[in-house]
Formats: sequence, structure tokens, C-alpha cells
Amino acid sequence: MTDTLLSLLGIFSQLSVLAFGGGNTILPEMQRQVVTVHGWMTAADFNALFALSQAAPGPNMMIVPLVGWHVAGLPGLLVSSLAKFLPCSLITMIVMGLWDRFKDRPWRRLVQTALMPVTAGLFVASAWLVTVVAATSAIPVLIVIAVALGSMFTKVHPLWWLFGGAVVGLASGFF
Amino acid sequence: MTTFAVSDIQAGKPRPTKRELFVGFMLLSMIAFGGVLPLARRMLVEQRGWLTSEEFTELLGLCQFLPGGNIINMSVAVGMRFRGPAGACVALVGLIAVPTVVVVLLGVVYDRYRDDPHIQHLFGGLAAAAAGLMIAMGLKMAKSLRGNIPGILVALLSFAVIALVRVPLLYGMVALTLVSIAVAAWRHRS
Repeated sequence: MTDTLLSLLGIFSQLSVLAFGGGNTILPEMQRQVVTVHGWMTAADFNALFALSQAAPGPNMMIVPLVGWHVAGLPGLLVSSLAKFLPCSLITMIVMGLWDRFKDRPWRRLVQTALMPVTAGLFVASAWLVTVVAATSAIPVLIVIAVALGSMFTKVHPLWWLFGGAVVGLASGFF
Repeated sequence: MTTFAVSDIQAGKPRPTKRELFVGFMLLSMIAFGGVLPLARRMLVEQRGWLTSEEFTELLGLCQFLPGGNIINMSVAVGMRFRGPAGACVALVGLIAVPTVVVVLLGVVYDRYRDDPHIQHLFGGLAAAAAGLMIAMGLKMAKSLRGNIPGILVALLSFAVIALVRVPLLYGMVALTLVSIAVAAWRHRS
């Protein structure tokens, strides 16, 4: 148990300081650690937890407490959340005081410009990995395509797409 | 920090208490589905007047530069600014408390019924829809690289290294960022 909690602490504190460009860029590494390295759950389970966290309100990193809960109950939830949210928060608190001094420096703009294509690539990597696991048969493939296109070209709220996907998935089980 | 507070008082702007920070971010988290930032701006700037539009943009720049979710960092920065570390703490906890309870309740339902074939189909559809949303968001992000050939190559390299080769993110991120900085510096010069 203690070993598991220490592993969660290590994984999520590292992800916390690597999460440039928002939460979704660290999804591939989270999946690699939780599924491949530690074998705490299957890739399909991980996908289901990710989907659940997308259906819940709040910041888009709510998969973190959910994974902690799934792996080690309440202690797992607390350790994962603390590990994921504390390090980046401390960095924010420290850098806030220094921001005025370096925000206009050329190197700051250079680093930010350079991070953009990297985080875009990581984001697409996240999308790729959840898609590969989700697209197991014809119906899920059609849902992926329909939602991707629909969400690109309309302004329908994301929750409706999730709801619609769940309903179509459920209905497909009856045929 | 003090200079901020003094100028705020002079400008007659409200300076939220810890309780107000907690409640403000908690209410925000409860209405925020898919994309918290526009709602955060509305709450912080328009509804509560804790920040001016320029201050919000300034803080957002900081939050986007640093690791961690933008809205997570934003709650910490706003709390820190008005009430120091304790304020940062209550704002962050306010932001994640309710969503944590909601996801865990959903997770309990999933664990309880995951072997039911109908529930498996339901979650299969839900996960497929979540994947579709991610693809759409990824493509929108990729659009911002249009015309930037070196940037596109760096993005493709990042994708391949992390999604296909599955290099640990720590090493991948350091190497990719260094490559990208070199590319950006070279572009800047020429």
C-alpha cells in the first residue's frame, strides 16, 4: 500500500511540473505509467476514467483524483491530488513575484514560442492514444468521427456530444 | 504583492476574503464544463470585479507559461495575490473540491457496473465521444501552426516520440523543448 502511494506521489508530482500547455498534454505519460509500467488498470479502464473525467465539471485534470481513487481508495485520491496540484501551484506562487522582471525578456518569448508546437504535438498524441483504445469496432469508430467533425464545425456544447456518444453506445448494445 | 493591494484599495476595487475566494472558485467549478477559461474571465472581471481585463490577461500569460492547467494556476495566482499562500490554497481547494466528489461518484458507478454489458456499451460510446472531442481540439491547436513548417515538423516529432515510440515524458519533453528552442532561435535569426 505504502509502495503504491509512493509510486502515485512520484508519478503525479513529475507530471505536475511537466504539464506545459495545460493538462491534456500529460495524458500519454499518465497512461504509460498507470497501464504499461504499473499495470494498475487496462487501457480500456483508463479510457473510461478519462471519459468520466471529461463528463464531470471543473478543470480538465479531474482524471487525476479518479485514477488515485481507483488505484488506492481515499488515500490514493489524496496523494494523487496533492502530488498533481501542489508542485505546479508552488511554482506559480514563486514565479508570480518574479514575473514582472522577466516577462518581457526575449528568452521568455522564445521559450513560450518554442513550447507551442511541442504541446500541440503532445495534445494530438493524447487524442491519438484515447482514440486507438476507444475505436474497437464500427460503432465507436463512427462516434469518434461524428463527434470530431461535429465539434469542429458546430458550436454544440461538448457535454451534448458526450451524452450523445453514451446514448448511441448504449443503444448499440441492444442490436 | 503589497503594492498591488494598496493600489487596489485606492482604486476602490473589492479585495476578496478567503471565504469569498473559496466560494467564488467553487461556484465557477460547478458550472464549468469543457473550457473553464471564458467563464473564469467572466467571473473574475465582469461579475466580481476582482481583476481588470488587463490584469486578467497579464495573469493568464503567466499561467500559460508555467506548467499545470491554466485554470488551476489562475486560481492559485488570484488567491495568492489577494490573500497570500492561504488564499492560494483556499482558491485551489474551492476549484477542485466539488469536481473531485463528482468524478469519484461517477467512478464508483463505473466500478460497480463495469461488468454489465449495457454499461460497457454506454462507456464505450462515452469514451469514443471523448476521443472525438480530443481530436477536434487537437486539430484546432494544430491549425495555429499553419504556415509554420519548422513548427509543424517539431509537432510531428513530438507526436511520434510520445505517442508512437512512447519515450518517457521527462526525457522526451526536455529533448523536444531544446530542439524546439533551437529551431525557434534559428527562425528568429534568419
